This record gives sequence, structure tokens and C-alpha cells, in this order.
Amino acid sequence: MPLIPSRRGFITSTVGLAAAAALPMPAWARGGSFDHARNGFGELSGEDINLSIGNAHFMTGGRSGHAFAVNGTVPGPLLRLKEGQNVRLHVTNNLDEDSSIHWHGLLLPFQFDGVPGVSFPGIKPGETFTYEFPIRQNGTYWWHSHSGLQEQAGHYGPIIIESADPDPRYDRDYVVLLSEFTPIHPHEIMRKLKVGEHFFQRQMQTMREGEMPGSERRMWGQMRMNPRDIADVTGATYTYLINGHGPADNLQLEFRPGERVRLRVINGSAMTFFNVRIPGVPMTVIQADGQDVAEVEVDEFQIGVAETYDVIVAPSDGSHAIVAEAMDRSGMGVASLTSHKGHIATPPPLRKIPTLTMADMGMMDHAAMGHGGHDMGGDGGGDMGGMQHNMRDTSLLPDDVKVGPGIDMVAPSPMDRMDFPGLGLDDVPHRVLRYTDLKAKRMNPHRMVEREMEIHLTGNMERYMWSFDGRKFTSVTDDPIRFGYDERVRVKLVNQTMMAHPIHLHGHFFELVNGADHMHQPLKHTVVVQPGGTATFDLTANEPGDWAFHCHMLYHMHAGMMQVVTVRPFPEGEGA
Amino acid sequence: MIRLLPVLAAALVAVPVAAQDVAEDELTNCVGPEERQVCKDADGNEVIVAQETRAYVEPPRSRPIPSEPMAPMDHCAMGHLPPEQCPLRDEHADHAAMDHSAMDHSGHAMPQDKSAPGAVPETAVPQRAFDGPRHAADAIWGADAMAPARTALARENGGMQVGMVMLERLEARIPTEGGSEGYLWDAQAFYGGDINRLVIKTEGEGEFGGGIEDAEIQALYSRAIGPFFDLQAGVRFDPEPDTRSHAVIGVQGLAPYMFELDAALFLSDRGDITARIEAEYDQRITQRLILQPRIEAELSAQSIPERGLGAGFTKVEPGLRLRYEIEREFAPYIGIEYEAKTGETADIARAAGEDPDGIKLLIGLRAWF
Repeated sequence: MPLIPSRRGFITSTVGLAAAAALPMPAWARGGSFDHARNGFGELSGEDINLSIGNAHFMTGGRSGHAFAVNGTVPGPLLRLKEGQNVRLHVTNNLDEDSSIHWHGLLLPFQFDGVPGVSFPGIKPGETFTYEFPIRQNGTYWWHSHSGLQEQAGHYGPIIIESADPDPRYDRDYVVLLSEFTPIHPHEIMRKLKVGEHFFQRQMQTMREGEMPGSERRMWGQMRMNPRDIADVTGATYTYLINGHGPADNLQLEFRPGERVRLRVINGSAMTFFNVRIPGVPMTVIQADGQDVAEVEVDEFQIGVAETYDVIVAPSDGSHAIVAEAMDRSGMGVASLTSHKGHIATPPPLRKIPTLTMADMGMMDHAAMGHGGHDMGGDGGGDMGGMQHNMRDTSLLPDDVKVGPGIDMVAPSPMDRMDFPGLGLDDVPHRVLRYTDLKAKRMNPHRMVEREMEIHLTGNMERYMWSFDGRKFTSVTDDPIRFGYDERVRVKLVNQTMMAHPIHLHGHFFELVNGADHMHQPLKHTVVVQPGGTATFDLTANEPGDWAFHCHMLYHMHAGMMQVVTVRPFPEGEGA
Repeated sequence: MIRLLPVLAAALVAVPVAAQDVAEDELTNCVGPEERQVCKDADGNEVIVAQETRAYVEPPRSRPIPSEPMAPMDHCAMGHLPPEQCPLRDEHADHAAMDHSAMDHSGHAMPQDKSAPGAVPETAVPQRAFDGPRHAADAIWGADAMAPARTALARENGGMQVGMVMLERLEARIPTEGGSEGYLWDAQAFYGGDINRLVIKTEGEGEFGGGIEDAEIQALYSRAIGPFFDLQAGVRFDPEPDTRSHAVIGVQGLAPYMFELDAALFLSDRGDITARIEAEYDQRITQRLILQPRIEAELSAQSIPERGLGAGFTKVEPGLRLRYEIEREFAPYIGIEYEAKTGETADIARAAGEDPDGIKLLIGLRAWF
């Protein structure tokens, strides 16, 4: 297969160039006593892979600060594996605190899943831990720390698993790993979120700005909610990165005219949903979360935290901007897809921040369900449909949801929002990917749902509390969500908050109940539950052991939006 | 064994329901031996259906279903067999006759009934899900190795404690009708988790060059009693104007329409009951410029002559502050406040030859860290 070496060679070449250029850092660019982390990543493959986690200084654009670098780079190395191989990953922790690596999306024995306190004890300072498992799948995945808030500070990297059968649909491939850099210590970000004050919000509605009519403003005020709570942490502190490069770094991904380029888009950020587009270049989605889907052509897609989408593009000769715009439009990650080395594409300006609507509050919109940005009245009559709704009618919650200060809102009538393309993308004049467009390429095993359950996503914006069913992880550490081995369960996630939550189940792929026919429901490891809406998946619990289940917004998880899923019986004699 | 009943019920109900589902499967044109068939799905994609791929579906232990009803159990319906090994059913013929063109397969905005007929409710957890050690990882790494990591995980994900110091008002007060210029401070700090916190509050005022006139410090236990309000109880100590201690009970939080509210009742060591209520609202003019109307009122249940207080409302202070957030944590402001002693308290002031009310210009700082 002659294509493979060229693909491999190419993916490292630009990144490698940037890395090489960055190596002889002048003294002024070095911070503290740490080595400067290289922006971008190298590539590792084979059966034995060594990774070492260390402290570093990171810089992009005008921002610099502390980071955790793996093998000296942020992001850490790309792991290029092959379906069917075995891999031993030797991870050395050179920090002065515990660390870990979780292999996001990989099917593996639970004890190597890498969540300290759930799957293993973690990696102590100075220790080397060896993960060992067979590679049972192919596709685009990623890895990241599951210890504390280390993921925010650079402790993550991409994984490509090549299929046993070559895919002739593209000529070269690139990882497009989206993330953020902040000079603020992650614990300080968490504290600022906890104390309120909308610290990172610089696009709040003001007296002079925003078209929202007064009656609607009063309704939001009455509910003590902010219709501009799109993102908790914003471009006010984040520089958005593509492959470790901020917009000022002018990252280039080169191609030859006529080539079909596979972009493996990974959202490895801590808190940011991105709107991804290449103006003028349509994208054909071929994989979601590493799993093949029927090809669907779009002009833009929103990618939730921890999701991956693989797209194929056939750009025309020239330079095209790959734009990863933060959902709250407070910044963007930019790279140039170019056929002329050195030509930097000009990205379009940031669009206007969206404002939450009635549908995001889980209200039935009597006028037009979820279309347009301002569907909440504007009838001027003061007869606000929404005013009659009690926004915290706890009698709507099932008995197993604990009602308390941790729940500031109960969606009056949450609807399935699988067809919602994401905040701010419901009124753009081009094709946007929706979950309802996804259809598994291969047939899933035919299974009947044996049990149904509901999990409520609950929170309190003002206190920055997040939980499942009103219970923080702290209060359910000994009370996991239980599935029998091979049990087929339909899980409905009900979002009782006004934020979108990317919910991730470790060690499994579940099928989205998205209207695709029974046998072609798309497989995902992470599902975005839209504000005030529901999302449903079918799970065949066929990976025994204990697995983390959480919101992949890092600070939501850190606030308690996490649970353990256990699949039993526990295999006998394993690991002993 | 009551737990088993719903499972059994599900198994029985699942049979007829499954028939419809099998009908939905749109595999056609299968060729090859039964172990490895190549089929085409509705979109014409080739699908390889190998028997061995289904092997893992068999549970490691027998399912806890009594042997008696095994006879009518349908492996196809239970999903234990790949669909191509299941016989075609009558419904399949009906399905073929359905008008596919009339059906909207796009799924866009199509409200779907998510309930799966025959599925048991959430609480009917199968018995096998309770098998084995409490924590799976204990069996591999040992309970002693896992325990500290588990404690740390809980602490990190929901158990964190935070603290904050908020200097709400630090200001110079300039009377418009003459008189000496004064200063005022009003600050609070907290430390704790989401529900339980320790809160320290202090406020006081004085005249430049004239020493402190009023000062108090409170130490309160604060507990979240609802999504927006905390109940606070503790003690207050006043070093000025005369040394006095109080028991405090109050509420603090965010009222509807985004009003910050702080109300407290004080019982002094001399048996006097007083109260104070404060409300403020932030009106954002730009992202950094904020107009804050604020009102504070004080009440007394009895007259307290040594402090010049009469029974009833003793003081009302409406004010307006315009602050500019250079940083979120650092916002200087200017403002104006009307300060009035009221009722009996005003009479006492007048009798003492004081002006019971007046307007003050304010220059100050709001800061937190």
C-alpha cells in the first residue's frame, strides 16, 4: 500500500518542521525552570510505546504559562496503531503529583482504562505503569489524563488506529486536534467558576445590546438565569489550538491539488464546543467517534467536547482556512489547508454569539420548535407563553432524582433534540450536521431493549454545581449504575439544565436512538445532550468491569457530574 | 426472587414485539455460507455477517431465568442470534407491502416514541449485575491500593472546597451639605463546599481623622437551603460604638429578577432585637460598566437609647453606584447615596441637634480575590 508511507510522512512533516524550528528557544522565551514544550506532536507506533509526563512551559501567541507535556510536546505524541496488534504503553510520571492516561474510545479490559479510583490506583510520581491490551477496533480516538484537571494543561494527544483493510477513499490524512490553552491554573479556573461573578463571560446581554424584548429579559431575570450562558470558560482566557498551535502560529496542512484529504477532527478541549468549517469546501463525514457512518456531506458541524468526526475534503488549489470557532464565538482555532506552502488562508470573522431560546429551557415552543434565534415571543403582547411555566416544578422529576440546592431548574417539557445542530447553528444558511444525519455504515447486532432507564442531568449555574439525578459523584461512590453483562438497556438522558452536556461512557460504544433504522443506529462513545432536551441511546453492556460515566466538560465533571457504571458478572480469574 | 419477575415478563413480552423489529431489518441479497454471509443493506452497502462475530454476546454465566419458560423463548427475539439466522416472519411480507416512499426516513424533527414495548423499568436491575466485589478494580489491584485513589477521586469530583474574599464596598463618603468626610467598608469572605460554608462578614464606618464610629464582624455558619438561598447563623461582635455581642440568623441569596438579597435578625447580649435588610441589582450597561442600585434598611424592635435608636425603622439608605470593571476582580466606582434616619430614630437625632438625613457622594472600590 504505497499511500501509507506518504500519509505518515506528511503528517509529521509540517508538525515536525514547526517543532524543529521551536527547539532552539531563546532564553527570553523560557519560563521558570521548566523546559519549553514544543507545540504540536510527534508520532509513535509499534507494540511497545513509552510516554513520559512532565512539567513544561508552553507559549502560543501572546499567552504563556505552565503546562503538562507528554514526551516534551503539547499535545502529546500521536499514537498510530494497527487494528489487531497488541500494545504495551509504558507511562512514566515525572510530575510531583499522581497522574494517569485514559484511552478515550478504546475497547479494552477495564483495569487498563486509566481512571484512578475506578479502574486502577493511578500512577504515582516517579512510577512507570504499563498498560497492555489488544487493539480490537480502528478509527480516530484520543488519550488524556483522568487525574484532577491535568487534561486542561496539555496532558492529551491523538490516537489513530489503522484499519486492517485499507480505505481507498482518501490520499492523505491529518489529525485536527482541537483544544485550548490558558495561562490560568485549572484549579483557579474552577474556583472562579464556583464563586460566580461570570468571570469569563464577556458577552453578557447589556442594556444597550441584544434584540431581546423587555418582557423576555424580565422572564430570564425572574428565573435568575443568563441567556448568554453558552460557555463557562471562554476566549477571555482561552487561546484555541489546532494541533497545539494557536491562530498566531499559522499552522499549515499541505496538500496537492486534486488530492482527497481525510481530516481526523478530535475535540480534545476541556470545555469548548467548536463549530468546524472550511469556507467553500464541503466536508464528507465518514466516521463519528471512530466508528464508520454512511457518508454525509455537510458544510459545517458542531463538535462536542471529546467527540471525534472524520471528514474527507477535496479542496481546490489554493489556501483554505480550517476554522474551529468556539460555540460562544469568543475565539477560534485556525489552520490553513494549503496547496502553496507559506500561503496562509484568511479566516472569516467571528460570528455573533447566540442567545438561548425557549427550547433551550426545555419548553415547548408553540411558535416554531427550535428554529431561529429568537423564537420566544416577540409578539409584543406581553402574553409570554413561557411566563406561565414554572421553571422548577420538581414534581416533574422521578422519585430517584434528589431535589435540593443542586437543581436550579426543571425543564417543563424536555423534547428529543437529536435533530438540533447545536447552539447557534440552527439558522446558518448552509448544511450543518445533525445527529439525525448519522447512520451506522455496518449493521449492528440485532437486539431488543430489555430495560429502560432515565438519567437526569442536573445543575445549578449560580452555585456551579453539576450532577446526575441531583447527586454529585461524592454521594454515589458506592452506588454505581448497574448493568447485567450483555444486558440491552435504553438510556434516556434528560437535560434539566441550559447547558449542552457531552456525556461519555467509558469502555463501550452505545447506539444513538436517532431515527436511523434499528440496525443502523450510529455508534458513539460520547453524546451531546442539548439544553433542556433529551438524548437516548441503546447500550449493550458487554464489557465487564467498572467504568467511568461522566460529562466531558472537565469542570462539570470536577463539580460532580460523574458516576460509575458497573457491568457484571465480573469475569472470574481475570487479572489475578 | 421478586427481582426476576420483571425479567421474565420482559422475556415473554419481547417475543411478539421482536417480530416487528426483525421486519425492520433491511438486509437483502445475502450470499455465501451461513457462517459468513455477504449481504446488502438498504443503502446498498456491503455487510459481512459472520457468525463468530456474535459469539461474544453469550453471557459468561447462564441468565437467571428459570428453565420452565425456556421453551417459548425466542433466541431471535432476545437478540441472541444474528437476524439472518432468524426465520422470516409474516410481518416481513407486510413490511414489503408498505409504501416506503411515503415514509420519511430522514428523521429530521420527527418526534419519536422512545419507549420500547416490553422493556422493564429502570429499577428492575438483573440479579447478575450485583455479582462480584463491590469495586471491580479491588479484585485486580487490591483494595488497599485502590482505597486512597477512590477517596481522591470523590474529593476531586464534587468534593472540592473553595474560598473567596469579597470587598463589596470600600468607599469615601462626601456629604453634599458640608460636614466631615467619612469612609465605609463592607466585606465578606467564605470558605467551604457547595452546601456548608463558613462566612465572615464585616462592615463599619468612620470619619477621616475622627476614628471608627461603627464596626461589626460576624462569623456565620452558612447552609444552602435552596438553589439560590443560604441560611446563615452565628455571632456578631461590635467593637464600636460600644462593645456588644449578638446572635445572628439570616438568609442570603439571589432573589427572582436577579436581586442580591441579604437579611438578618440580631439578638444582642442585652436582649435587644434589631434587623437589617440589603438588596442590590447589577445593571450591565456595557460588558465592563455596571450600574448598581442598592438599598439598605435597618429596624429595631425596641428603642436602644445608648445607640440613639428608636423602635421601628431606624435607617434607610438607597444608593446608586456606577462601577467600571478594569478586571472582573477590580472595579472602582462612583456613586450617590441618600442616608436617612427614620421615625423615632430621626426624632432622637433632631433632638440631639443632628441632621437626620443627607446625600453623600461616593468614591470607592469593589474588589475580590
